[in-house]
Amino acid sequence: MGILDSKIPSGPLADKWTKHKNDINLVNPANKRNIDIIVVGTGLAGGAAAATLAELGYNVKTFCYQDSPRRAHSIAAQGGINAAKNYQGDGDSNYRLFYDTIKGGDYRSREANVYRLAEVSGNIIDQCVAQGVPFAREYGGMLDNRSFGGVLVSRTFYAKGQTGQQLLLGAYSAMNRQINRGKIQAYNRHEMMDLVLVDGKARGIIARDLVSGEIQRHSAHAVVLATGGYGNVFFLSTNAMGSNVMAAWRAHRKGAFFANPCFTQIHPTCIPVSGDHQSKLTLMSESLRNDGRIWVPAKKEDAIAIREGKLKPTELAEEDRDYYLERRYPAFGNLVPRDVASRAAKERCDAGFGVNKTGEAVFLDFASAIERYGKEKALTSGIKNPDKATITKLGEEVVEAKYGNLFQMYEKIVDQNPYKTPMMIYPAVHYTMGGLWVDYNLQTTIPGCYSAGEANFSDHGANRLGASALMQGLADGYFVLPYTIGDYLSDDIRTGAIPTDSKEFEEAEQQVRERMEKLTNGSGIHSVDYYHKKLGKIMWNKCGMARNEKELKEAIEEISALRKDFWENVKVPGSIDSKNQELEKAGRVADFLELGELFAKDALHRNESCGGHFREEYQTEEGEALRDDENFKYVAAWEYKGEPKDAELHKEDLVYENIELKTRSYK
Amino acid sequence: MKLYLKIWRQKDASTPGKIVDYTLDGVEGDMSFLEMLDILNEDLISKGEEPVEFDHDCREGICGTCSLQINGEPHGPDRLVTTCQLHMRKFNDGDTIVIEPFRAKAFPVIKDLIVDRSAFDRIQQAGGYISVNTSGNTIDANTIPINKYDADEAMDAATCIGCGACVAACKNASAMLFTSAKVSQFALLPQGQVEATERVQNMVRQMDLEGFGNCTNTGACEVECPKGISLTNIARMNREYLSATLKG
Repeated sequence: MGILDSKIPSGPLADKWTKHKNDINLVNPANKRNIDIIVVGTGLAGGAAAATLAELGYNVKTFCYQDSPRRAHSIAAQGGINAAKNYQGDGDSNYRLFYDTIKGGDYRSREANVYRLAEVSGNIIDQCVAQGVPFAREYGGMLDNRSFGGVLVSRTFYAKGQTGQQLLLGAYSAMNRQINRGKIQAYNRHEMMDLVLVDGKARGIIARDLVSGEIQRHSAHAVVLATGGYGNVFFLSTNAMGSNVMAAWRAHRKGAFFANPCFTQIHPTCIPVSGDHQSKLTLMSESLRNDGRIWVPAKKEDAIAIREGKLKPTELAEEDRDYYLERRYPAFGNLVPRDVASRAAKERCDAGFGVNKTGEAVFLDFASAIERYGKEKALTSGIKNPDKATITKLGEEVVEAKYGNLFQMYEKIVDQNPYKTPMMIYPAVHYTMGGLWVDYNLQTTIPGCYSAGEANFSDHGANRLGASALMQGLADGYFVLPYTIGDYLSDDIRTGAIPTDSKEFEEAEQQVRERMEKLTNGSGIHSVDYYHKKLGKIMWNKCGMARNEKELKEAIEEISALRKDFWENVKVPGSIDSKNQELEKAGRVADFLELGELFAKDALHRNESCGGHFREEYQTEEGEALRDDENFKYVAAWEYKGEPKDAELHKEDLVYENIELKTRSYK
Repeated sequence: MKLYLKIWRQKDASTPGKIVDYTLDGVEGDMSFLEMLDILNEDLISKGEEPVEFDHDCREGICGTCSLQINGEPHGPDRLVTTCQLHMRKFNDGDTIVIEPFRAKAFPVIKDLIVDRSAFDRIQQAGGYISVNTSGNTIDANTIPINKYDADEAMDAATCIGCGACVAACKNASAMLFTSAKVSQFALLPQGQVEATERVQNMVRQMDLEGFGNCTNTGACEVECPKGISLTNIARMNREYLSATLKG
């Protein structure tokens, strides 16, 4: 087992969580009032955890870099949230959700964690409805569902294309209730700069007030990091501009192991890059693959004609189109998991069939859905023998009701009408499955430092299924962490408030100041964005959808050199003791420049292809991922040892007692 | 295209600000408005000047962080978009663009184009929630059927992103559209009925305390709202408020 103890409870899979809850220590209500908890990040995981912890009676301080918890990037999740409610009666169960998630993750996640996730999933929906989250409903008043990639049931609950927004506002409202009761103190526009350890335990953080520039010390009995993923290491991603790895990376430097950094999700349906000025990429929800069909021209000359604007996609006859997902994966068709769909798009574009100016786009076409819905609507509206125009009009109305906001967003960005001409899409970095290593209790390798949501590595293995991020964030925050953290805090009921005048806080604060001064004292040749873009290019070209040994080795060297250059020559105008957005960015990019190197190192060591990690050397004759369970059926947890390239590997072997390992097939 | 920018610069909350002129060349139609400002800032940094600070985050129109009064309109000339989704193809070569922060007494300027909208948080804290525990011990989600039209209308109200454009558009700097969106969402759902009386009273009280103005039904808020939140919500809140007052 080594030094990694996953603390998975014994007993049958389905009983583990209940048994664990019965076995762990509790803190009585009077003592909870004497215990302080810091929650960094206020998205679904952090916001939900803060609300429940405060409700249980703990004193909670929350920190977010945004001006309000309501702006955390969970808000941008579009499509939905999974739950094994089986309201559709299509054979769903906790076991099936568990099985789909393990299989979808290409057998690189922990059975016990994933089963617990499936087990509490139904509760999330109950909870959110009670909080007034306006999920979509059927005409009979019951909750509606749709289907997402990699599964054969309809278990996704949604609120139009703004499910993340509605769930986040639900968590935010639960937080507000506790703020109003005085149980949460919210520090907005504050950024965690470092984690403070006292006697080996996480006992507080150093934070910076982003408005005044003031450096502050905050102590607590435990620290929860719910700070999201690190997709912005690629510069261009669907993450928010401010999304960063700083909190997790600072904890890593203080002893928290970082697990599977190379497991990154490249989402198949994003709006393609339009030019060098681009600052971020926009996702088009996976829910669109319920109705949209993905294709490229079957003949290269047609692809070229479309690229040059000589041919319109709508002019191409049905037999001249290659619906390559339906062709390659007849069982799942357009709803294959994200990693499979992304690689297939890349394969077609690399082969010369791309359809936009840069040759890096495929079509997502709604014409058949519009026709199908139009006919159905005409029938239910009592229109006999409708003409084509009527069918199209009715069909467009149905599609608008389902995906209106996404279509509007597409039209605003691309300046084309997706009701009339197929959307153009291409894969983009979207989510990171890797993150801080945590045990079953969501505790990192630093006692008292917990991690929840996308920031931890726990549930999605090497590939996350659609609509599972919201599920995991809320499960961790509402239902898991508030229980498990009590077990740790039960030892702290006599500790009393943690003083902030200790030498540990003093030293941590001093280091934070020195780091910021160093950032503002560069020779001032290039801006922060210059370095961030360079890093992003290396990551996308050499650590992106397809990786190989040679390029990964190059990436490690290039990132290391870029980091050195950054610290010597970055230009950060303004001062450290006032509002300074360039300084904020510089601190975040500095950490991405370390993480990127560890990312490449992790990808290099994993000599197999699994989930989002595709190594060109390891593929089948048909170009499918070739997993190596004999040698790589483990979580790679990296210990910080100075330079990222010196990080030490610790392995947590993954044990499958309830699922048989198979080659993942969606054919 | 070439643009003439007039941008509000202000060092901090206590220092008076002023409009500063900038000329920017090489702007393309596919750029978003914020990407245009990114280029200006790269330019300023390379010249050793301090960049223009503005609030932004998701850049896909949902987080509500970006703001900006562009040529006198919150989020600029396009309809139903936030500033981050406004593209430069809506402007022409040689245009002069005036960029200011959202103006309202309750939204003090922090720096340059960044304003403090924490008053919105405090309105929500006063009652924008349903008081259920979040530990998961509640009834099954399908126990209470909800009419689809009510659920859809609640959803329409709930899509408010809290950006503050309604306040910036209003000559009275009223926050009625923002506050009524949350009151409406809960008024339309059975779960929201239990605390309906206290909710509307507490939220309206806080709204007034924050120094927002009154509503005089000009409808500018609805026109400028990037999410199309309807004035009907204000009418619904007034009805809720009246019935709460009658209940005492």
